[in-house]
Amino acid sequence: MADLFKLQIITPERKFYEGEASMVELTTTEGEIGVYRGHIPMTAIVAPGVLKIHEADGIKEAALMSGFLEILPEKIVIMAEVAEWPEEIDINRAQEAKVRAERRLKEQSGETDIVRAETALKKALVRISLTK
Amino acid sequence: MASIRDIKRRRDSIQSTEQITKAMKLISTVKLQKSRAKAEASKPYYDMMYDTINSMLRKSGSIEHKYLKAGDSKRKAVIVITSNRGLAGGYNSNIAKLVLQDERLEPELTDIYAIGRKGKESLGKKGYHIAQDYSEVINEPIYRDAADITMELLDAFGQNRIGEIYLVYTSFKNTVTQIPTLKKLLPVEMAEGSEKTDLALMNYEPNEDEVLDSIIPKYMSSLIYGALLEAVASENGARMTAMDSATNNAEDMIEELGLIYNRARQGSITQELTEIIAGANAIS
Repeated sequence: MADLFKLQIITPERKFYEGEASMVELTTTEGEIGVYRGHIPMTAIVAPGVLKIHEADGIKEAALMSGFLEILPEKIVIMAEVAEWPEEIDINRAQEAKVRAERRLKEQSGETDIVRAETALKKALVRISLTK
Repeated sequence: MASIRDIKRRRDSIQSTEQITKAMKLISTVKLQKSRAKAEASKPYYDMMYDTINSMLRKSGSIEHKYLKAGDSKRKAVIVITSNRGLAGGYNSNIAKLVLQDERLEPELTDIYAIGRKGKESLGKKGYHIAQDYSEVINEPIYRDAADITMELLDAFGQNRIGEIYLVYTSFKNTVTQIPTLKKLLPVEMAEGSEKTDLALMNYEPNEDEVLDSIIPKYMSSLIYGALLEAVASENGARMTAMDSATNNAEDMIEELGLIYNRARQGSITQELTEIIAGANAIS
């Protein structure tokens, strides 16, 4: 069993999570990472993905959309702009968003639109995968 | 002296005004509690954000970044947060005053991004250019609104249409004290001093520049969002106080008018009696 560290996840509206974890997995702009206690101090940007919190007794999952994280020697702080537990996800909305994003990607209009549609699609996929 | 009927009509009208102010006070009390709880819930995010940015900028003191220095444009953008409705005492006029008195913000060189109709109207009259109006936002602020406004301002900043960005709102201290506040958002400036010498090594992924690119907009959004929530709480606090004193004044007036009314009524009865007695005496 790995050592525990303090994990805080804060969103603008509330404290999303506060507790002790042995590992946390999430997606950054540079790829998926897993962080244990004793990681070097680091600040990275969050990309849409599934967040997995490995607690002493099981794994918690949540959707993490954007924000950044700060890894400090004793604790990890995730400043999330948008974070949702699986039970908070509106599956119908996510399905709709997926269809809309796919349609926009097919139409291909202007470069910024594609980037935006891709992010929207990614977010929808993350939400859908969590509710299954 | 006014007739009995006039006094009575006046008293009744004040009475119905009192009922309105009383109801408004009750409503804003409830709204205040809600908005206050919301403002407090958003505090940890903002505080953490501030600490992060602060320590980041201090650790990398000599960093060059577009958001850390003023743009070339002479124009300044000001986000002005007021309310859509009046009857809140000095709440809206204090904000307008703060903008008018600031020498950095000349009317010809200032773009107002208005959140709240009252501020938009009063500053528009004074000759400020209203660049955008987000007045619906203040009814029910969500984080998304703050993020959208941030994006729009940063676009304008990136295209050199504006050189600096300010934020004006009413900060909420407690139910009776609300302080109109002006903050500079861009270029980001940090409070000097308070050197907590924990300059531990920090790695940035992918690199400092890109992390700042991503974090500073989030920092701005969190500031704007926090300001929106505090402004809503302040608005309700200000309205509550204003309506409380209006109710008290109405009560005083009703009491006074009640006295005058009774005196006039008694006077008319006495007069009638004397007339009857005088008439009876004349006959006998």
